[in-house]
Amino acid sequence: MIAWTIYLTFAGAVVLLFLPRPFAKWIALATTIAGFAISLAIFFRPDVDLVHFTTIVRIPWIPALGMNYQLALDGISLTLILVTGLAAISAVLFSWDVNERANEFFFWLLLVVGGSYGVFLSADLFLLFLFYELVIVPKYFLIAIFGSTNKEYGAMKLTLYSFFGGALVFLGIIAIYVSGGSFDLNQLSQFQFSPQLQGWVFPVLFLGFAVLAGIWPLHTWAPTGHVAAPTAGSMLLAGIVMKLGAYAALRVAMNLLPQGFQTWRNSFAVFAVIGIVYAAAVALRQQDLKFVIGYSSVSHMGFVLLGLATANVFGVSGAVLQMFSHGVIGALLFAVAGTMIYRRTHTRDLDALAAMNLRRALPFAAFTFVVASAASMGIPGFSGFAAEITILIGAWKTYPLAVWIVGAGMVLVAAFTLRALKRSFFDVDSASANAEPPQLEPITISEKIGAGLLMFATLAVGLYPRILLDRIQPAVEALRFFK
Amino acid sequence: MSYLELLKLASPEAVVVVTALVVLTVGLAKSNSATICSVLAATGLAIAAGAVLMLPAHANLFGGMLIISPLNSLFKMICLGLAFVTVPLMPSEKSLRNPGEYLAMLLLATVGLLLLVGSEELLMIFIGLELLGLSLYVMAAFDKTDVRSAEAGLKYFLFGSTASAFTLFGISLVYGMSGSTALASVAQKLSSGSVPPVLAAGIVMTLIGFAFKIAAAPFHLWAPDAYQGAPIPSAAFIASGSKVASFVVLGKIVLVGFGPLVGSSAWHAMMAGWSPVLAALSALSILLGNFVALAQTNVRRLLAYSAVAHGGYTLVGIVAGGREGFSATLFYTTIYAITLVGAFAVVGMVKSETGGDDLQNFAGLGSRSPLAAACMSIFMLSLAGLPPLAGFFGKFYLFSVAFQAGGNHGLLWLVIVALFGSFVSLYYYLIVLRAIFVDKESVPDTRHTSHFVATATMAVLAAAVLLLGVMPQALVARVIASLP
Repeated sequence: MIAWTIYLTFAGAVVLLFLPRPFAKWIALATTIAGFAISLAIFFRPDVDLVHFTTIVRIPWIPALGMNYQLALDGISLTLILVTGLAAISAVLFSWDVNERANEFFFWLLLVVGGSYGVFLSADLFLLFLFYELVIVPKYFLIAIFGSTNKEYGAMKLTLYSFFGGALVFLGIIAIYVSGGSFDLNQLSQFQFSPQLQGWVFPVLFLGFAVLAGIWPLHTWAPTGHVAAPTAGSMLLAGIVMKLGAYAALRVAMNLLPQGFQTWRNSFAVFAVIGIVYAAAVALRQQDLKFVIGYSSVSHMGFVLLGLATANVFGVSGAVLQMFSHGVIGALLFAVAGTMIYRRTHTRDLDALAAMNLRRALPFAAFTFVVASAASMGIPGFSGFAAEITILIGAWKTYPLAVWIVGAGMVLVAAFTLRALKRSFFDVDSASANAEPPQLEPITISEKIGAGLLMFATLAVGLYPRILLDRIQPAVEALRFFK
Repeated sequence: MSYLELLKLASPEAVVVVTALVVLTVGLAKSNSATICSVLAATGLAIAAGAVLMLPAHANLFGGMLIISPLNSLFKMICLGLAFVTVPLMPSEKSLRNPGEYLAMLLLATVGLLLLVGSEELLMIFIGLELLGLSLYVMAAFDKTDVRSAEAGLKYFLFGSTASAFTLFGISLVYGMSGSTALASVAQKLSSGSVPPVLAAGIVMTLIGFAFKIAAAPFHLWAPDAYQGAPIPSAAFIASGSKVASFVVLGKIVLVGFGPLVGSSAWHAMMAGWSPVLAALSALSILLGNFVALAQTNVRRLLAYSAVAHGGYTLVGIVAGGREGFSATLFYTTIYAITLVGAFAVVGMVKSETGGDDLQNFAGLGSRSPLAAACMSIFMLSLAGLPPLAGFFGKFYLFSVAFQAGGNHGLLWLVIVALFGSFVSLYYYLIVLRAIFVDKESVPDTRHTSHFVATATMAVLAAAVLLLGVMPQALVARVIASLP
């Protein structure tokens, strides 16, 4: 049944292309809600095996080369499908005001969502790669057509980075296919690749995927891309697309090539730690609110990579939880910055915003941003805390030094978040404190629903992280390198 | 063997020749005959395709001069199909006078393709090459009102005839060393394994002729002008039919005829033979084609340089060799041809609407004509190798075969070059799409209604590219099954 998330999303994309413009957003909303509802239904069904990567569909596709149309599900993929659905619904809700070329907009948007569902469900390496590459071009059009600041540059940069990562992955997948003789992920995960092959294929594959997860030093597409993208585009980028890379790195690179992973994980842990601290430091110096959030995304994704590199159950489970958490929080932050603020004030410059007294003009936006910032900083009670603490517990076992450095980095995260929060909404020291708030269009219902959904998700998981961890952890334990 | 029997076995070629004569006559007798000539030509090609289906599964005439095998029949069908979809592109060239003569040339070129594909004998192959070449020179220069067309024809002719001379000389050397012109017996004679210098010269010279046909660097210099200046259908046919047939023949010559002299192109273990020559051509074409294409502002020139690069990718399969390598090459060149005819159909439509084919003429195509824009994005993205389009699977097949080939992944360097080239190429394909979807229209809309048949052809080709991407099995299985 979960396979219908893919089919419905693509069907919705095609259908809305042929309907009159006013229908487009409704179809998109219906499609994304349907996808999320399906994944929720699966989530709460007790009889679904989420421990093993259980095959749900398997149809011969290109028998001449051994490719199958094969989908499978476990707790890790289900978690990511949930966050995809959440981010997709709220992205549609925050695009309610898109009127120009709306059909095209929602078409590209649904292609990104559908392709992401496909990646998370694929149990065939070729199929996974197909969906992975399928997401690249819709992103380009979403940004280049509908974006703002420097959009064509940002779109091209993001696309070329993704495609560069894709080329590395391409090479890695060919190497795996030729040596392993199969595309079936479950079958391949039983196969012993020669240590020499693992030694060079793992870094190629992991790095290729990690480009999309924003690994330092190949992260620079993320801030520019996020800034250039329309609100829904940044929400999907932060909420879903960056997870594709991290998920595939776990599912393919780490799970298939455990020895290569053991050889290289220290190097990637170093990259991850540098990414966390460096991106946080850069975010502290940004004037554009979206750049602040863009760099914060890189920093948060650094936690995911660090968690993966720890190679223990806590670290990896925490990484998956962080993918969920950052998907929700990142989407929420971009929603506030892109739609609630930028669309109304036409500026994202922190100095200009400080002079506007937005706290009184847009109280709901202020409230949302406070919640999102708190979650992003890792205040207990929000999902960010639950995820990052799990990762750090894991890291403590393998890289105690990294925990100290990252701990310092988290202070930076708090610093830039508070700075952005203060400058955009609460700059009471400035001369404008008592000025009349500007007349801005009030926050719409759809924005409130979208924001509410995401806030609920981060709170729910923050207060009761076991709802996800209970499903993630067994699936992580079943991965190859814990045996 | 009676003539009747011979005629039966050569019936596809005979049908196309007769059609060419009929079309020529009708074109002379009747003024304003574009439509009827097109219909006649298309009918003739369809009948020829039917004749291919009626052929026996295997036959070998005159020591390989005419060979009928599943592979040859399959590619005869594909060549006829490519000619068939080129015919409807003609109305987009309003300035073409004498459509009868033009179509007759197209049909004669098709006969050349059929001879090329259907022969495994060096002299016959040369005759096919010449028939194809001479017809294409005329087709390239056919637009007498356009000085660019004359330039295209002249350049194509000069380069082409030089290359033919090389090929002929190369063939003569190979004949001198082996005493035979039939590929199978050439292979037998050459199986001693060592490569004397004269033979090496012969091999290199023969390959130069084909490198010219497939526009591999550094023998690609005619391509940009021919693609840009020639009438649209001519350019499409040069880029598609001519290329497919050349790859089929090139594959046969090196894999069958020069099979024992393969040499090695693996990194650090270069050994004499045809394989290092082709590997060098391939790597050079990929790099040069892709980098020069980055700087183009004319879509047809851009397609030409991308064609150089794609020639390079396709060669990767032949370098990898073997049944797998050849089938990957054949699959790739076929889908490439389909894609390029489609792309030229869109270019033709844009040209007849806006009067030019520069990038700026494509600006605003997305809002002006959504169907053409959607088709063009399918073609461009397939060329870039993005899923779920045919080019994605084609590249995957090619590169995985190359990775597999040789001991200890010796062709890894070539795979990396090809992947790098393919990464570079996305930029310029996206530039075309950016013009179509993002840029605002700058050229005044002249609103020529585009021709229905041309539009339908374009849509069918786009659908084919999409379908072959989703279900490549349909073609791959046929190609693999047809290889011995």
